[in-house]
Amino acid sequence: MEFKDLTKVYEMGEERVHALRGVSARIERGSFWAIMGSSGSGKSTLLSILGCLDRPTSGTYLLGGEDVSALDDDALSDIRLRHLGFVFQSFNLVPQLTVAENIALPLYYQGVPERESARRAEEFANVVGLGKRLGHKPSQLSGGQQQRAAVARALATDPTVILADEPTGNLDTATSVEIMELFASLHRRGKTIVMVTHEPDIAAWAQHRLVMRDGLVTEVRQ
Amino acid sequence: MRSPWSVRSVRVARDVRLGVKNLLLHKLRSFLTMLGLVFGVGSVIAMLAIGEGASEEAIAQIRRLGSRNVLLRAVKPVEDQGGGSGNARFSVYGLLYADVRRIEETIPGVARVVPVKQLEQSGRLRGREMELRIVGTTGDWFDLVRRPLAAGRVLTARDMAERTHVAVLTEWGARRLLATEHALGETLTLGGNSYEVVGIVRSEEGDGSGMQSPDAKTDVYIPLSTARERHGDFFSKRSQGSRVREQVELHQILVEMEDDSLVEPGARAIERVLETFHPKKDYDVGVPLALLRQAQATRRTFSIVLGAIAGISLLVGGIGIMNIMLATVTERTREIGIRRAIGARRSQIVSQFLVEALVLSAVGGVIGIALGVAIPRLVTLWAGMPTIVTAWSLALAFGVSVGTGVAFGIYPAVRASRLDPIIALRHE
Repeated sequence: MEFKDLTKVYEMGEERVHALRGVSARIERGSFWAIMGSSGSGKSTLLSILGCLDRPTSGTYLLGGEDVSALDDDALSDIRLRHLGFVFQSFNLVPQLTVAENIALPLYYQGVPERESARRAEEFANVVGLGKRLGHKPSQLSGGQQQRAAVARALATDPTVILADEPTGNLDTATSVEIMELFASLHRRGKTIVMVTHEPDIAAWAQHRLVMRDGLVTEVRQ
Repeated sequence: MRSPWSVRSVRVARDVRLGVKNLLLHKLRSFLTMLGLVFGVGSVIAMLAIGEGASEEAIAQIRRLGSRNVLLRAVKPVEDQGGGSGNARFSVYGLLYADVRRIEETIPGVARVVPVKQLEQSGRLRGREMELRIVGTTGDWFDLVRRPLAAGRVLTARDMAERTHVAVLTEWGARRLLATEHALGETLTLGGNSYEVVGIVRSEEGDGSGMQSPDAKTDVYIPLSTARERHGDFFSKRSQGSRVREQVELHQILVEMEDDSLVEPGARAIERVLETFHPKKDYDVGVPLALLRQAQATRRTFSIVLGAIAGISLLVGGIGIMNIMLATVTERTREIGIRRAIGARRSQIVSQFLVEALVLSAVGGVIGIALGVAIPRLVTLWAGMPTIVTAWSLALAFGVSVGTGVAFGIYPAVRASRLDPIIALRHE
């Protein structure tokens, strides 16, 4: 992943908000990065662009050598589907689906046959330690279990990059540690992880740190 | 990722199943939403069936009068009805024996002319007595008004020439008089004259009302020549306490034309001829074919009105679907954001919500069809009205219902797909 001079300007009525004012960095395959900064620093906007959920106003973004900054909506959807996995602060599981169905959701969009996707859902549920909760609805799980299910869903399509937006923001300390251990193990298995957080002790789990303020990168610590 | 057809259809089946599952999460809501279409579809089919049944019956009735016939009827002129002096009123009106000859001789394209004379008389058969309407006519009458024979024979030219004392009864009349249908050969007494019952014709179906006057069930048919000889042209009636004397030669003349296309010009020509000889306008010219056309036009109008009502009720159902789908989209904004973030394309979001709208409208349509088929049956059962459920009305109602589902489901679905995933994910 490599991005150069990324800017993002939001038009809020008459006002123009500069969320990113020229951000550049290079994220190697298999590395574990933490993007830090206070709220309004632009870290969430950067993650959205890296996650192909949003397009930069200007600048280039190369993902696996391909320039994705100018792709259309369908192409970006396909990239998210095949190369990226998301983990959110508020878990974002579909409430009416079971754990297994939630994990299998991206496989559904990939067109994986039902039996195969059920098998893979079970496999990844085991990876995150939810093998016995496949039939449960998200509301029947604890916060930590929900986040594990979300991680399993992000893993289901075997993406190259996992993007996490404050993955421990809604969890207590002990559970946060469990989730971070899960991330660390994924990192050891070769996944590229980009995580946004404002907590230094969570950021400490990452190899690299990128600190942002007012839409600019103020510090890169390798 | 482009999958072949078999895989595709498996996916469609899966989408439908997921749609059904989502709808079942809110059973009451889905059911109430469907109800609009259920009643829309049901009422359209039922109304069309009732309308179709009614107009079919009306058209069949008119057809029985014969589409090639022109029907002339004696009408008591207006000045004769109110006027007159005191107790003894006397009026002369109606069609004349001479009219029959004039029509036969002057109107081109006339196939047959049948004169009809009617009188009220009580009849007696083996001690049983009832009021009958004597219809003096010729054998052709049974042909022109399509009265099939049930037993025996109808009137013949010999009966006319020899003024025989024979009578033809209707099935209904025979049953009333004898409680059996074996009235052939019995002697019927009509106003002091004896007649041999030689034939029985089928009674007319339906209620016997409408415009065909010599067609009531209590008719007894005798040769016109005999009727004229035995009963004459004078009638006296009691009405409103006073005696009314009338002289009427013929009550009806049925004219059969050689071809459908000659019916309307023929009717106009007949009217011109009659005008000359009937300054009092004591007749009326009816054309069943024109009535048939009118009935068919009425049926068309009826269908259009029903179609409009159908359209409105289905529109209401469609708005119900749209309303609920918009609510669903708002409620599931976050889910949409999740699906988009995971990699669902806009078109996949559209199809997800469209499938739900389609399932709602299709299921509603099917229940509506069941209702629409059941209601006409109940109407026939309880009200005795004829109903006809046509295949095209089922197809139309179901098609429009599903079409409504698509039309009103597409906007909420597209709106769902246009949501910005980032904003959708933050939605509480």
